[in-house]
Amino acid sequence: MKKLLILGAGTSGTMMANHMVKKLPREDWDITIVDQYKTHYYQPGFLFLPFDLYKSKDVKKKGENFIPRGVNYVLQKIDKIVPEKNQVILEKEILSYDILIIATGTKIFPGEVEGMKGPKWYKNIFDFYTYEGAKALRNKLREWEGGKLVVHISEMPIKCPVAPLEFAFLADSYFINKKMRDKVDITFVTPMGGAFTKPKATKALHYLLEGKNIKEVTDFAIERVDYENNKIYDYGGQEVEYDLLVTVPPNLGDPVIERSGLGDDMNFVPTHKATLQSKAHKNIFVIGDASNLPASKAGSVAHFEAEILEENILRYIKGEPLKEEFDGHANCFIETGHGKALLIDFNYTHEPVEGTFPFPGVGPLKLLKESRMNHFGKLAFRWIYWNMLLKGTHIPFVSATMSESGKHFEKED
Amino acid sequence: MEKVINGKTVKVNEEGYLTDLSQWDKKIAVELAKEKGIEMTDKHWEVIDYIQNKYKSEEPLSIRGIKKSGVINIKEFYDLFPGGPLKVSTLIAGIPKPKSCM
Ligand SMILES: Cc1cc2nc3c(=O)[nH]c(=O)nc-3n(C[C@H](O)[C@H](O)[C@H](O)COP(=O)(O)OP(=O)(O)OC[C@H]3O[C@@H](n4cnc5c(N)ncnc54)[C@H](O)[C@@H]3O)c2cc1C
Repeated sequence: MKKLLILGAGTSGTMMANHMVKKLPREDWDITIVDQYKTHYYQPGFLFLPFDLYKSKDVKKKGENFIPRGVNYVLQKIDKIVPEKNQVILEKEILSYDILIIATGTKIFPGEVEGMKGPKWYKNIFDFYTYEGAKALRNKLREWEGGKLVVHISEMPIKCPVAPLEFAFLADSYFINKKMRDKVDITFVTPMGGAFTKPKATKALHYLLEGKNIKEVTDFAIERVDYENNKIYDYGGQEVEYDLLVTVPPNLGDPVIERSGLGDDMNFVPTHKATLQSKAHKNIFVIGDASNLPASKAGSVAHFEAEILEENILRYIKGEPLKEEFDGHANCFIETGHGKALLIDFNYTHEPVEGTFPFPGVGPLKLLKESRMNHFGKLAFRWIYWNMLLKGTHIPFVSATMSESGKHFEKED
Repeated sequence: MEKVINGKTVKVNEEGYLTDLSQWDKKIAVELAKEKGIEMTDKHWEVIDYIQNKYKSEEPLSIRGIKKSGVINIKEFYDLFPGGPLKVSTLIAGIPKPKSCM
């Protein structure tokens, strides 16, 4: 009996379990998936939780419900991967594998920034990238009387890189609805050159910040949080004052990657960007946020990767050359507040452009333009996530690699 | 777009970043640095060399990576390339500016 072992039962791991169980003959292959928690969180929902737009039950379900029959589901912490022995050491047992899929994702490490996870953590400094953070922030916002709200990114890369900006947009709507927008000053602080970094998106979208009166502080690489005086400082000498700091702490790969000696500077696993095979070991594949691919860390990306990874694992088993197909395809809905959203579609080489999606020239979704339809698309994503995406169902009309028709590309020079 | 730097025509994008690293050379870097008010020193070259290697091996650039690189600490990095060190150093190194997704 051969063994396929999947580490992590988040978005990517769960999808791969569903993909592979349909493809690998039961009599030859034993499939096991491991995670430390019994709950599966819908992380995109963490953006809506603080504003009372979603309830807890919308974002958490029992992981077990999404693991297909025929797959062993092990709930234990993973201690170490030992590639030389094709073994994985868990808390209570050791599992061996013929093929390993790493899908351990990324999480926040507020302890990496001096003063962030100090006495004011979850008092007036919050994250919304965890269930606990989003919920604590919701309780804070319900009673907050206003002041300086600073929405902050510590360092790149982070998962869902537009979520902080969406947070700022939704905060604007939220305070308008609560009739207290005049009491709140919103500032967006980013280590990048701007809230938008690609020229076409900047041109098409900068008006959003101006229109919503959101201030921008750029090139801010945080050095420390002075929680006693409510200020953040950067290495270049800039400082920003806050009353309420909503930060995205550094996102790193899980410490298990570091313990196993498989990671880069940020504990992400070096991975071939077109095949998803790990660079160090041929029988280890990497999917989702855990890899170091220069693609966005998003559930939609993991979905596109899963289709290609399934094919490549089957090829690997047959000893055929791997398909070099993954192009970094991502598409994300971006909430802009007041019941509207944007949609962007891009890959390793093409930046987001205007056009329609998924049907060229028809839509119904508009790329890089605000619309109500896009907002409904974002809300529908939750249903698609729980009912189609995790189960590895192909989403109609949307292909794993990016389609160039119906989009307004300029000629590359 | 094209730009003439130090008598040589190179391809650049709308923000002035070289789009083809093979057209880069040290003289071009010196000129690009001058436009940013930077006088290149040995330490600058060491950093440029490090980030070009990162780019060639397709590893993402990050402040954390710089911190761990042993080449330079963050304070020095800011002192050498004022006003957004990743943005400025990549421009001089002839590689794309680090981007988020939009
Ligand atoms: C606020 C927010 C908004 C987002 N919005 C969007 C969006 O609109 N669209 C979109 O496409 N994506 C969005 N995302 C990103 C998306 O949620 C992630 O990209 C996706 O979940 C990645 O899947 P993954 O399987 O790689 O990692 P995860 O889903 O994080 O799963 C990793 C799993 O591995 C387990 N694990 C890790 N280490 C260990 C260990 N040592 N032992 C045992 N188990 C371990 C974890 O418990 C976890 O279950 C958002 C994320 C956040 C935080």
